Amino acid sequence: MTIRIALIGTGAVGRGILEAMTRKDLGIVLTGVADSRSGLIQPDGISPFDLLTRKRETGLCGDVSITADDVVRTAPYDVLVEVSPTDAATGEPATSYIRTALSRGCHVVTSNKGPVALHYHELRQEADKAGVSFRFEATVAGAIPILHTLLESLGGNEVQALYGVLNGTCNYILTRMAEEGLSYKQALDEARALGYAEADPTYDVKGIDAAIKLVILANTVLNQRITLEDIDITGIDLLTEEAIRLAEEQDATIRLIGEIIPGKNLYRLSPRIIPRHHPLVVHGSLNAIILRTDLAGDLVFSGKGAGSLETASAVLGDILSIRDRYAGGN
Amino acid sequence: MQVSMKLEIRDTPGQLVAALMPISDAGGNIKTVIHEHDFSSDKGSLGVEVVIEIPPERLDALLKLFQERGITVIRFGEERMHYQQSVILIGHLIHTNLGDTVDRIDSTGFAEVTRMSLAMPAIHERSSAKCTIKALSREHMDQAIEILRDVSKQKDILMIEPLEF
Repeated sequence: MTIRIALIGTGAVGRGILEAMTRKDLGIVLTGVADSRSGLIQPDGISPFDLLTRKRETGLCGDVSITADDVVRTAPYDVLVEVSPTDAATGEPATSYIRTALSRGCHVVTSNKGPVALHYHELRQEADKAGVSFRFEATVAGAIPILHTLLESLGGNEVQALYGVLNGTCNYILTRMAEEGLSYKQALDEARALGYAEADPTYDVKGIDAAIKLVILANTVLNQRITLEDIDITGIDLLTEEAIRLAEEQDATIRLIGEIIPGKNLYRLSPRIIPRHHPLVVHGSLNAIILRTDLAGDLVFSGKGAGSLETASAVLGDILSIRDRYAGGN
Repeated sequence: MQVSMKLEIRDTPGQLVAALMPISDAGGNIKTVIHEHDFSSDKGSLGVEVVIEIPPERLDALLKLFQERGITVIRFGEERMHYQQSVILIGHLIHTNLGDTVDRIDSTGFAEVTRMSLAMPAIHERSSAKCTIKALSREHMDQAIEILRDVSKQKDILMIEPLEF
C-alpha cells in the first residue's frame, strides 16, 4: 500500500524526510517537490536519492520554471507535505498552499507553525468539509508525539495543566549557563556557533517560538481559541548568570517553561526557578512536557525538539497514519 | 494558630509518646515532630521539636498539662507564617528603591520578606536578588506574589517565580 506525496520545502525537515525515504521503504511515493526557487512534478515518482544529490550539487530541486504553487495546484498527490520555513506573522505562503491542497480534496501534513498558530480553526473546518486529514505533529516539540498522544491516546482525559520546555535553543543556553558558568552572551554565542541559534536569535530568546507552540497546543488539542496576544511572554534574554547562581543555592536552576492551565485561562511562558532534579530539567537542546490529567494522572515526555531526522519522524508518522486510515489515499 | 515548640524529654522508652499525648488531649493537631538526636544534655534527656495547630484558647491548658506531666518546654513560639517561597528579581534593584519593594510585601500584614541574597556584579549593571517570602496561607502567598509581579512591572524588574509542580 503506497501513498503519494508532494513535498514543499527542502530545508532541514524536507531533507530529513527524503533521507528517511532513501534509508527504507516507507511506502511513500514522491510525485512533486518544490523549494523556494524551483519545482518538479513526476507522476510516476521522483527518486529521493537523486533529488538529494541534485539539491546538494546545484542548490535546486528541479526546474526554475516550475513554482511551488504549480506543484501544489497540479501535481498528482494524496498528501501535501508542507515543510517550508515558518512565517509567524502572516503564515504565508504556506497557508495558501494548504488551502489549495484541501480544496483539491487532498490531505495535508505540515511542520510549519505559522498556518497552525494563526489559522487552525478555519483550516480544520476546510479539512473537515473536504473529508480529509490535516495533521501537524512536527509543529510542537519535534520528535515528541505530544499532539497525537493528547488527541488519541488520552482522548478521554481532561488536561488540568500542561508545562513544557518547548524551545531547544533557550534550553541549551540555560543549560550551559548553569553547567559551565557561562554568561548569557557567551552561551548564546556558543549556541550560534553550533547552529542551535539563528543569526537573529530574537524569535527564540524572547520566547516567541515557544509561545507559538503554546498557542498550537491550546487551540488544537485543548479546545481553546487563543492567539499569541493571550500569552504572557517573558524570554530569557534578560537573565543574569547571578540569578542562576542564586537559584543553585537552593538546589534549583532556571528554565524557560510554558504553562497552560485551561481551568484558569492561564497561558504563560516565563523563566522559572525549578528544582534541579525536576523531570522538566532536561539538558542541552532537549524538549520536555508534563501533563496533569484527571484519569491518567501525571505524564512526562522528553526528547529531541528539533533536528532534521527527528522532525521528519513526526512528519512521517502523520503521513503513514493518514495512509493507514484512508487505505491508500483518496 | 500554628505553634512551634521545643520539648525536653527523658531518654527512656515511651517518653516521646508521653510528651505528645498532652497535645491531642488539649485539642491540638500535630503537624511535624523532629527528633533531635544530637541534642546533648548531662541529664540524659532528648530534645524534640514539634509544630502543632491548636485553637489559641487551649494553649494555656496545654502548657499546664506539660507542666503537670514533667515535660519541659525549652522554646515556644507562634509560627505565624509557614508558607514560604523564593523568587529571583533582576534589574536595577537598588536604584528602584529596594526598601520600597520589600515594604510593599511587609506592609500587607499577611506576608513578609524574610531573607534576601543580593548579587551586584558592577556599577550600572543589573543586580540579581533572591527574596524569600513567608505568608500566612497559600492564598496570601499568591497575593504577595501578585503584588510583587505588579511592582516588578512598574520598576522594570524581571521576576522569576518558582514552578510549583
